[in-house]
Amino acid sequence: MIALIVIALLTLGTAAVAMSLRNLIHSALLLVGSWAGIAAFYLWAGAEFVAFAQVLVYVGAVSMIVLFAVLLTRRSRADLNLSPVSVRRLVGSAFSAAAVLGILFGAVIGSPLPQQSPGTATTTVKQLGTTLMNAHIAGVLIVGVILTVALIGAVVLAANDRDYRKEQR
Amino acid sequence: MNASERFLETAPIALREWLTGRLPAPWHWFANSLITIALIIGLFATLFALLTLAERKVLGRVQNRPGPNRTGLPFLKFTEGKMFGLGQPLADGIKMLTKEDIVPRAADQVLHFLAPVALLAFSILTFAVIPYGRHIIPVELDAAVLYFFAAGAATELAIFMAGWASHNKYSLLAAMRALAQLISYELPLLLSMVPVIMLAGTLSTTGIVAAQGGFKFGIIAHWNVFTPWGFAAFVIFMISALAESNRSPFDLPEAESELIAGHLTEYSGFKYALFFMAEYFGMCALSGMAVTLFLGGWQPLVPFLDFIPSYVWFTAKLLTLLVSFIWIRATFPRLRIDQLTRLAWKFLVPLALVNLGTAAFWALTGNLPGLLQISRWVGAIALVVIPFLLIGRRLTRGVAPRTYRFAD
Repeated sequence: MIALIVIALLTLGTAAVAMSLRNLIHSALLLVGSWAGIAAFYLWAGAEFVAFAQVLVYVGAVSMIVLFAVLLTRRSRADLNLSPVSVRRLVGSAFSAAAVLGILFGAVIGSPLPQQSPGTATTTVKQLGTTLMNAHIAGVLIVGVILTVALIGAVVLAANDRDYRKEQR
Repeated sequence: MNASERFLETAPIALREWLTGRLPAPWHWFANSLITIALIIGLFATLFALLTLAERKVLGRVQNRPGPNRTGLPFLKFTEGKMFGLGQPLADGIKMLTKEDIVPRAADQVLHFLAPVALLAFSILTFAVIPYGRHIIPVELDAAVLYFFAAGAATELAIFMAGWASHNKYSLLAAMRALAQLISYELPLLLSMVPVIMLAGTLSTTGIVAAQGGFKFGIIAHWNVFTPWGFAAFVIFMISALAESNRSPFDLPEAESELIAGHLTEYSGFKYALFFMAEYFGMCALSGMAVTLFLGGWQPLVPFLDFIPSYVWFTAKLLTLLVSFIWIRATFPRLRIDQLTRLAWKFLVPLALVNLGTAAFWALTGNLPGLLQISRWVGAIALVVIPFLLIGRRLTRGVAPRTYRFAD
């Protein structure tokens, strides 16, 4: 229980500090800390595979996208520091936060959870793979197609048709 | 006697148990973990020190010069000039420790400090899941391979921190280049080890090593590298490992001679040493993973050498790979950034994907009787060689063979 409280404090604390900081890069890095906290929570809950996948995807990849996005959209270092909160922004953020909270809360309350005594039968990676490949194969395929489309779209956007080899000659 | 119960096999574990056995039960686990951590850090730090010396000696030999050979051990005057420069790592360490630690005034002080620390911490984490011997594995995890790469992925963050916190445009640009390289080569690295997991049916490193046990015809070990798909995957893995650990010929991120050491420009003294330590640790960890995935882990090469303890086998394989890393550094010139990314995306990634199919073919034809096994081998080898030739030809069309205008 103590471990859970420490993990929760770490996750929420880094997220809160990330929001209050004026330096975007610092905020992004603290957000990574928050994601690592979520991974720690998965580990605490016994979901080893999900925890490592969370680290691999969020700490390894999504963090890079966030950081690159910050660097590519700011023109100078001075631009990285956000201006203080205005009333409009405060109201907007409060509204969106409330909306997200409402949706999440509704989803958590609304989803039926199987009654299971804690500490029984941790799922092995093999079981997880079998479940994914049998019962949820449609979902896996759809996700795969969406990701492939996104990747090809990125290549199409980034590519230009100039023939560098011809220019060099 | 059973091989797994021989005295030398169980000796390290027995020694640890003897040391911690007298502690009360709740402390037992804690003390065991502490000893393991201390051993990992101590052993690999020593290996790092010796590797720097070995690297300079081997590079020297390849370039027809002796390398460092004067430094003796401290307080032992007579060892000077005799001990093959064995005191050199110690001298380097003391020099690094006593150098002034310069932090640029405009730098982001916290991140500038945190970057080398984070990098080293994450690279040490990767050592936890490598099975060093039959009974020696620090942490037994069901998803060990995933853990290994999750811990390795965080090093990218540290490199970004180093480049950004230095407040230096060269550092930032070089960090971006380094990130582009690391992200590009992570893909073939991960893809090349997928067949191993596919055929072993497990993500646990112990299980993968166990799957490579036994001998064919009583002499050929069941290592993955001795199969067509395994050999291709091993080569792709090693090339990607070279790039992931910033080793020559993929050492563009630092490229001392051209890019003023890249994201390390604003680092000096011990922080700089920490970066290098992390680089060597990463190299050791990736080599250890390569040994585990493809070279049979701690399994012996031939049955009659079974009496050699498993951890000695592991160490021998690890050192072989590390020396080959140094050898490659001495042999190949550095790639350009466009050549580097092209190699990853247009060559290694397609080959790794094709290799997945080869591994599937191999797995599906495992039960073929008698002479049909030959067709299995021929088919698998063809699946490896033909795509290699086709993609290689296509990529080098109009470029190779290179014509030299100024040099003969």
